[in-house]
Amino acid sequence: METLKQLRDKIAAGEVKSVDAVKAIFERIDTIEPKVGAYLSLCKEQAMTQAKAVDAKIAAGESVGSLAGVPIAIKDNMCTTFGTTTCASKILENFHAPYNAHVVEKLLASDAVIIGKCNLDEFAMGSSTENSGLKQTKNPWDTTCVPGGSSGGSAAAVAAGLCSGALGSDTGGSIRQPASFCGVVGLKPTYGRVSRYGLVAYGSSLDQIGPLTQDVTDAALLLNVVAGHDERDSTSISEEKAPVQDYLAELDTPVDGLKIATVPHLNAGADASVQKAVEAALEVYKQQGAEIVEIEMPYFDYAVSAYYVIATAEASSNLARYDGVHYGHRSRDAKDYVEVYSKSRDEAFGTEVKRRIMLGTYALSSGYYDAYYLKALKVRNLIRQDFTKAFEQADCLMLPVSPTTAFKIGEKTDDPLQMYLADVYTIAVNLAGVPGISIPCGFDENNLPIGLQIISEPFSEDQLLRIARMYEKHTDWHLRKPEL
Amino acid sequence: MASQYKIVVGLEIHVHLATRTKIFCGCELVYGDTANTHVCPVCLGMPGSLPVMNKKALEFSILTGLALNCAIAPFTKWDRKSYYYPDLPKNYQISQYDLPFSEHGYIEIPAGDGSNKKIGIIRAHLEEDAGKNTHTLGNFSAVDLNRAGTPLLEIVTEPDMNTPEEVGALARELQRIVRFLGVSEADMQKGHMRFEPNVNLHIERDGQVFKTPISEVKNLNSFRAIERSVAYEAQRQYAEFLETGKTLQMGNKRTYGWDDAKQMTVLQREKEEAHDYRYFPDPDLVPVEVDDAWLNEIKSRLCELPLQMQNRFVSEYGLSDYDAGVLTADRATAEFFDTAVKLGADAKRVCNLLTQTGLKLANEKGVTVNQLGIGPEQLVQLAKMADAGDISATAATTIFEEMAVTGGDPMQIAEQKNLIQKSDTGEIESLVDQVLAENAQAVEDAKSNPKKAKKAMGFLMGQVMQKSKGQANPKIVSQILNKKLK
Ligand SMILES: [Zn+2]
Repeated sequence: METLKQLRDKIAAGEVKSVDAVKAIFERIDTIEPKVGAYLSLCKEQAMTQAKAVDAKIAAGESVGSLAGVPIAIKDNMCTTFGTTTCASKILENFHAPYNAHVVEKLLASDAVIIGKCNLDEFAMGSSTENSGLKQTKNPWDTTCVPGGSSGGSAAAVAAGLCSGALGSDTGGSIRQPASFCGVVGLKPTYGRVSRYGLVAYGSSLDQIGPLTQDVTDAALLLNVVAGHDERDSTSISEEKAPVQDYLAELDTPVDGLKIATVPHLNAGADASVQKAVEAALEVYKQQGAEIVEIEMPYFDYAVSAYYVIATAEASSNLARYDGVHYGHRSRDAKDYVEVYSKSRDEAFGTEVKRRIMLGTYALSSGYYDAYYLKALKVRNLIRQDFTKAFEQADCLMLPVSPTTAFKIGEKTDDPLQMYLADVYTIAVNLAGVPGISIPCGFDENNLPIGLQIISEPFSEDQLLRIARMYEKHTDWHLRKPEL
Repeated sequence: MASQYKIVVGLEIHVHLATRTKIFCGCELVYGDTANTHVCPVCLGMPGSLPVMNKKALEFSILTGLALNCAIAPFTKWDRKSYYYPDLPKNYQISQYDLPFSEHGYIEIPAGDGSNKKIGIIRAHLEEDAGKNTHTLGNFSAVDLNRAGTPLLEIVTEPDMNTPEEVGALARELQRIVRFLGVSEADMQKGHMRFEPNVNLHIERDGQVFKTPISEVKNLNSFRAIERSVAYEAQRQYAEFLETGKTLQMGNKRTYGWDDAKQMTVLQREKEEAHDYRYFPDPDLVPVEVDDAWLNEIKSRLCELPLQMQNRFVSEYGLSDYDAGVLTADRATAEFFDTAVKLGADAKRVCNLLTQTGLKLANEKGVTVNQLGIGPEQLVQLAKMADAGDISATAATTIFEEMAVTGGDPMQIAEQKNLIQKSDTGEIESLVDQVLAENAQAVEDAKSNPKKAKKAMGFLMGQVMQKSKGQANPKIVSQILNKKLK
């Protein structure tokens, strides 16, 4: 299957009509999607209208955007005026957003065709997409396995060829981990690089939107479109402080004298197959002249604990608005307004969402605030310092994405703590706000994909993508596709 | 009763700021429009929406903080205050918790005896207002979110007030200040200002001071209600103390409402509920740094405050406190008056012209006195004409009114309307002689009948004025009459 960039170039050159490309995708979805379950909703009408408009522009000789006519999927926690925005939650099952998210505006402005909205763990809370209140997504490489999460639908859609590229969101690894499980590229940009306006919040200080694609080039192309300051998001970085780069421009230029940091004690925690694949990847870099520096990240081990305080605290507040009063699910049995709150929320939120709301509420309660929330913020600062020090010694840090490859559906659902601990490699990156990418770096004995995680300094996505591309150019893992 | 206890009152005041748009979105602030017509994803608390701080709202707040002599924090931030209520779309209010933009100030209020009293300000912080619940739909309540997101300045005073009148004075003074600063319309009827007094008594008995439990009276929006609720609470608490001997304890603060029809406070909550608002910094908003350059820029917008001006008008211009109070009720009048006096007009004359004519005209037209089309120079000229006796006081009013219509020059209007008084003593003397000759009886009464002298004098005066067609300067007429009738 063509990459996003290849298809885009063909459409822009008039070799392929967007309408035909989009039709072909919907036909593929008709046959493959039932096996994968990547989508919560498809927007055929809106997609065909958009595709025709792009074709008309091209026919009229007008210039077209950098995503002209290509079918793009987005995670269903990004608001669209078309279709529903459910966050895979029963509480928003029939919710029609009154506005488009910033990234949706950006996609449409660059002439992309949004074809559907992908499944996720409810409100992006989870690592397997099993917490979706609406659907179970399966891993295209083995449909008895999870696709990872929370952007499991987006990752599965890309891996199964059900879109040319997708957007996900990453709060603790939610782009990188499913990318790793599904054998695709997943980039979490620096916090503040992409506007969160219209991304339904889970952990506001951690959430970041990013691309899931077949290769690094496509990730750069998608980032080019969605990155940039937005005055509607106070936490999005200004152009003066961190100008958006053309991430494609120097993509194929290797980084000279590349220094890679690794943390041996962290790698040791991963499955043997994962360790082996990561070590082999480092070899590929060494052969290109890169130098490996072994470093310590002393506070890394506390990341999971800090994360599950900070993210849940923010979530408990962010999710307070789903109360059955203004929109979304309202209980039919409520006798007074307090019951409207309690019953609507009890009926429509899933177990994991309730668990995290409870955790976060507890952490913010008076008498516990200092011991939990404030302490977690302090840990977060120390983790940031860990990264700052690491980047004083090297250009990037390389780690596994996940200690395991995709696990069986249902295997870990009874043990939430085990599930939380599996986020160990990705979570610290969100706490520090730095960018991280997952690229395919091999397969385990069950032919399940393994991801290599590369992490770099804030707002150095250009360099991060170049480093990723250095590996990709010398390997072909990203070219393997699952049989469906 | 007053000697038996001391009333102790602190106030919490909410002021709606008069920014054009809401505090965290671009919706316009409109009062009294159709429900839910000034809303957007942000103030509706829609999923995925994010707040963006309205810089003007913070500037208005800082300006007020400066006027209240507060220390302005160089670093301030936004916090979420969590509670569930249908008029609060996000179920948290964006407010300021541990780092308010200003703290530790004071406000001066007139103490009633011509001196001022300082009332401490604990803190002032900025937050968003909630919407409004209405209960007119039978089994259902309705929510109007037009007001949601209105910038709300919360000011908390020290418990430094000791009479209902002082509490009222503070409320009025604050209203005058925010209006002077132009940061709020402070229209009580529109709910632009809401007051919550915390009241208790310090009762001295056998050399010991007993403090009664604090009552917080919620949501007062008239000066009268503030004063009366405090007075009522004082009596009620004293009676309760005599009966039960109850004193202030942790957690026995009670919440009252004010029943305006019955003129009494009504218990709403017996015990202060241990609300856990779970404050934490709002991750959607960045902290605000107020640097010196910005602060100085805001400082440059400060003006002389109303009470200072009022006191100055009394001490420098010799006005009565009452007149000075009327002139300083709004900034436009006060500054217009001040300018006219500084340009050389007699303060009392200008005061009379403005309070008796200018304010009435402005009120009729729905403008301020400086918008009547009359410049301070023209007013000075008019005042000087009246002082010189060129025109009568009545004529001055007539000319003022005409100036407000035509914008004309006062002397020209006086001439056109024949309002210039004659001060030529020779001419007036001959008129007086004529009148005295024609009214022998009145002359007799004026000279030698003490019972009728005053009336006769007035009659003769009137006759002279009539003969002069009203144009004789009454002062001179009176002088000549007096001389001739001695
Ligand atoms: Zn709004």
